Amino acid sequence: MPTALDAAKAVRDRFGGKIGAPVVFADKVTGRDEVTVTVPRENIAVVCSFLKWDAGCAFDYLVDICGVDNHDASPRFEVDYLLYSMKNGGLLRLKVGVPEDNPTVPSVSSVWRAADWHEREAYDMVGIHFTSHPDLRRILMWEGYPFHPLRKDFPLEGKPSDVPGVAFTRAAPLDGGPFVTAPAAHAADREPRIRTNALADDVRDKTGEPTL
Amino acid sequence: MTQTTTTAGSTGQLESDAIITRLDAAIDWIRKNSLWPMPMGLACCAIELMATGASRFDIARFGAEVMRFSPRQSDVMIVSGTVTYKMALAVKRIWDQMPDPKWCIAMGACASTGGMYRSYAVLQGIDRLLPVDVYVGGCPPRPEALLDALIKLQAKIQREPGLKNLKRAPAELPKAS
Repeated sequence: MPTALDAAKAVRDRFGGKIGAPVVFADKVTGRDEVTVTVPRENIAVVCSFLKWDAGCAFDYLVDICGVDNHDASPRFEVDYLLYSMKNGGLLRLKVGVPEDNPTVPSVSSVWRAADWHEREAYDMVGIHFTSHPDLRRILMWEGYPFHPLRKDFPLEGKPSDVPGVAFTRAAPLDGGPFVTAPAAHAADREPRIRTNALADDVRDKTGEPTL
Repeated sequence: MTQTTTTAGSTGQLESDAIITRLDAAIDWIRKNSLWPMPMGLACCAIELMATGASRFDIARFGAEVMRFSPRQSDVMIVSGTVTYKMALAVKRIWDQMPDPKWCIAMGACASTGGMYRSYAVLQGIDRLLPVDVYVGGCPPRPEALLDALIKLQAKIQREPGLKNLKRAPAELPKAS
């Protein structure tokens, strides 16, 4: 039965030197057997199509598509495709580097229908544009939200935004990290908590009777 | 004719089972014992809200068992769960659709302050949009805590100038800042 490694070799035979050498992450104890192949951006759709329809590969199940922001690396972004073959078993990971100045990747939603929403999520969170995607809208944030919040240079507390009548955001009070664990003898004192009362200006006096 | 309540009650001029009270107190008493909740269940706190409504804890003991899924029939909005920014204006809109008088219970850490979600996606407390009457701590709070909040809300309603609120146009009522 062909394994993911065989499939990776088949892809290299088919598409030549453009495909990176397979990297195997196997572990006998945990039973992990994962193969990673780097694919050039412009070839990803054809490679995926081959991997799905070639009888020896038969990666009929697209597990996930992730957008990754390797900040300060070049290329900055990366898209990971996790494939599984129901027929043969075997897990194959494809990696595509995406430069910051032109963050576009050909969509594979014509190969696997599941890619539709995965790509929308990667677009929403990391800002990678998938060309020839049938419906590239945000999927978690709303239309009109101006940022891509899982980029590394986006602050955790968020930035103010406003789409009147639809949604708004305000920066959350972080004050030195969302939660700080201070060393202490007692477990209750080691509870993660905000460093100070970051909400102090926000606690309103609700005790007074309404003025009549 | 001036009579104190004591003489009116004891001289038999009224029926013996009549109660004399202020109209304010009567209106407040009527209101507080039939609060119809709007279950704004947004996250895991809603599970505890359901438990509060079920037989073991039985919110019916406090007259608040009629969970209404229409805001137009509700008196108290129980915001139970994480209010994301995507949901926030929907919650606000449902609140605006509730007729006055209305009250709000912020159930759990998320609804009260954003809780552990100190992030770009979560509203840092529903009181940034609505006037909250009672906050309930906990992640999630136990049903007893929610029932305690309900009792505290009832005590608060009993103190309200119910008659004055009745006479005023809705626009004059206190608004969320």
